[in-house]
Amino acid sequence: MHGPTAAYTQHDMKRFLGFVKKEFLHISRDYRTLIILFGIPAAQILLFGYVVSTDIKNAGVAFFDQSKDEITRQLTDKICSSGFFTKTGDLASQDDIDRIFKKGGTKAVVIFENDFGRNLVSRGKGEISIIADGSEPNVATLVTNYMTAIISDFNMDLAGQAAGAALIVRPEVRMFYNPGLKSHYMFVPGVITLIMILICALMTSVTITREKEFGTMEVLLVSPLKPIQIILGKVMPYFLLSFIDVIVILLLSWFVFDLPVKGSLALLLGESMLYIMMSLSLGILISTVSGTMQQAIFISLVGMMLPTILLSGFIFPIENMAEIYGWISSILPPRYFIVIIKNIMIKGTGFLYVWKETLILTGFTVLFIALSVRNFKIRLQ
Amino acid sequence: MQSAIESAGITKKFGSNRVLNDITFSVNESEIFGFIGPDGAGKTTLFRIVTTLLLPDEGKMTVFGTDSLKGFRELRKHIGYMPGRFSLYHDLTVEENLKFYATVFGTTIRENYDLISDIYSHIEPFKKRLAGQLSGGMKQKLALSCALIHKPKLLVLDEPTTGVDAVSRSEFWDMLKNLRKHDITILVSTPYMDEAMRCDRIALIQNGSLLSVDKPRKIKEGFGKRLYRIMAPDKYRLLISLRKYELTDTAFPFGDSIHVTFRDDIYDQSLINHLRSEGIANVTIEEMEAGIEDRFLELMERKLDGEIE
Repeated sequence: MHGPTAAYTQHDMKRFLGFVKKEFLHISRDYRTLIILFGIPAAQILLFGYVVSTDIKNAGVAFFDQSKDEITRQLTDKICSSGFFTKTGDLASQDDIDRIFKKGGTKAVVIFENDFGRNLVSRGKGEISIIADGSEPNVATLVTNYMTAIISDFNMDLAGQAAGAALIVRPEVRMFYNPGLKSHYMFVPGVITLIMILICALMTSVTITREKEFGTMEVLLVSPLKPIQIILGKVMPYFLLSFIDVIVILLLSWFVFDLPVKGSLALLLGESMLYIMMSLSLGILISTVSGTMQQAIFISLVGMMLPTILLSGFIFPIENMAEIYGWISSILPPRYFIVIIKNIMIKGTGFLYVWKETLILTGFTVLFIALSVRNFKIRLQ
Repeated sequence: MQSAIESAGITKKFGSNRVLNDITFSVNESEIFGFIGPDGAGKTTLFRIVTTLLLPDEGKMTVFGTDSLKGFRELRKHIGYMPGRFSLYHDLTVEENLKFYATVFGTTIRENYDLISDIYSHIEPFKKRLAGQLSGGMKQKLALSCALIHKPKLLVLDEPTTGVDAVSRSEFWDMLKNLRKHDITILVSTPYMDEAMRCDRIALIQNGSLLSVDKPRKIKEGFGKRLYRIMAPDKYRLLISLRKYELTDTAFPFGDSIHVTFRDDIYDQSLINHLRSEGIANVTIEEMEAGIEDRFLELMERKLDGEIE
C-alpha cells in the first residue's frame, strides 16, 4: 500500500517544485515585477515619510517690523532659531507682503505694529499679525499653530521676567509613544499594510489570470497538476518575496526615520506572515472571478487600494467616520493589521493585546482560501 | 481495431447559442483524424470537450474506453493538447518551456527524446532563445514538442498550422505522419482544405454540425456533378454573370478562377453567348476534378437548402 502512495507524492512534489521554479523564472525575467515588488515599497516609504510629511521644517517666514526695537528683535530671533522657520526677508512696506508670497518660498509673514516694544511695556499689550499663505491650507494651519506656540512661549518668558514670582500655570503637553508627533510613526505601519495587500493581491491575481489570457492555463488544466498545486505554486514565490519586502521596509524605516520596533520583532514578523497569507489568498480569490489581467488589476486596485487608504484607519481615524463607513471598514482586513502593527511597532505591546485582530485575520484567510478552492475551475467555462 | 474516441450525440450550448449540434463520430487508434471547417464552426469547442476541459450539455464522449466526464483525471495523463494559441511561456527559453512541461507531466526530456527528436532537433540550436522571439513555425514545433513530451496516447492539435508559413506547414504534416509509428492517435483541426488530404480520415464541420465523415478521397468522390473551372480577366464580373446565367447550378470563386456546376452537367454555346452579351471576353473553360472544398461547399449548400424547405 505504501509503495504507490509514496511514489505519487514524490511525483507530485517534483511537479510542484517544477512549477515553483517556473514562477521564479517568470519573476526574474520581468523587471517590471521586480520594480513593483521592491521599488514601489521603498518609494512609498520615502514618499510618505518625506514628501507627504505633516511636520514643518524650515518654513520660510518674512518679517515686516514697523517697530524695530529690542523686543521685536528678540522675538524674531526666537522664531528663526526654533528650527521650524527660516527668515526669507525683511519687508519695508505693506505692499511687499503680496510680492514676497507671490515670489514663493515664504509661508507666512509676521507683522509687528508701530512701537510694539513700547506698547508692550507701557500698556502690557502689543499687536502682532501673522499672515499665512492660504493657498496651502494644511501648511498654513501648521505654520500659524507653530507660530502661535512660539509667541505664547515668548510671552510667558516676558511675563516671568516682569512679574518675577507671579504664578503662571504653564500647561505641559507630552506625546506618548510619538513624542515628536512625527508623521512617519503613522505612515510606516500604514504603508506596510497598504503595500502588502496591494502587491500580494495584485501580483497573484495577475499572474494567475495571465495564464488564462495566454492560453497556458488550458494546458495546465489538462496536465496532471492538481488545482491546489497550481495555486500554491503561484503563491509560494510571492510569499517569500513579500516577506523580504516587509523586512526591507522595516530596515528602511529604521535607518531612514529612526523608527524602531518597540515590541517583539518575532511577533511582528509572524503577524506579517499571516497578513501576507491573507492578502495572497485574496489575490487568488480575485483571479478566480476575473477572466483577464485587466479585470484583475482593476479589482485589486479599485477594490483594494482605495478602501485601504481611505477606510482602514491608515489616514483617517475610524472613530471620526460616519457610522456606515465604520461598518464598511470592519470588513476590510487591513484595518485589523494596522492595529496589530501599530501596537507592536509603536506601543510595544505583546500578543495579548492583538490576539483578537489576529484571530479575525486568520478567519479572513481561511474564508478566502475556502472560496478560492470552491471557485477554482478544473475546466474552462 | 479499438476506437480511440467515440463521440455520441455531443451537443454544447453557450447561452442560447448552439455551438455543437449532435456530433457523432469515432476515431480509430493511431490514425490522423482531421476536422475541417471555417472559423467559428465549433472545432475548438469540440476539442475542449475531448480534452475534458469542457462538459457537453448532451451526449457521451469516450476516450480510450474511459468516459471523459467521470474519468477526466485518468484521461488527462494520456492526452497531449496543443491549443490554438500555442501554449508557450514567452518569457521562458525554448529549453525551459520544454523542461517545465516535462516536469509537470512527470517525465524528463531525456526519457522521451526519441519521440520528439525529429521535431525538436529543428529548434534545438535555439534552445537558449526566449520562446516569444521564435518565428511562427518554430513556436509551432516547440509547442508540438511540449505536447508530446509525456508520450501521450492521444494528441489533440487545435489549428496547429494557423499563422505558419507554407513550408513549415508542409514540414509539420510530415512530422505528424512520422508520429504514427509511435502509436499515437492524432486529432487535428484546420481551416485549410488542402491539408485535409494529409489526414487518414476527415470530418467536415460547419456551424456546429458535421457535414460528412470519411476518407478524404471518398469525400472528394462524393461530389456528384461535373465541375468546370472558368477563368476570365475580370473575375468579379465573370462571377456575377455566371450567377445570372439560368443554367448555372453553383458558382464559387477559388483563387483566380471560378468553380461552376451546371444543372444539366454540361454547358453549350448559350453560355458563351450569355457571357459575351455581358461583355466578358477571353473566357477559358475546362473540366476539373472536384476538391475537398468543392465538396464542402456542395454539402453546405445542400444543408442550407434543406433547412429552408
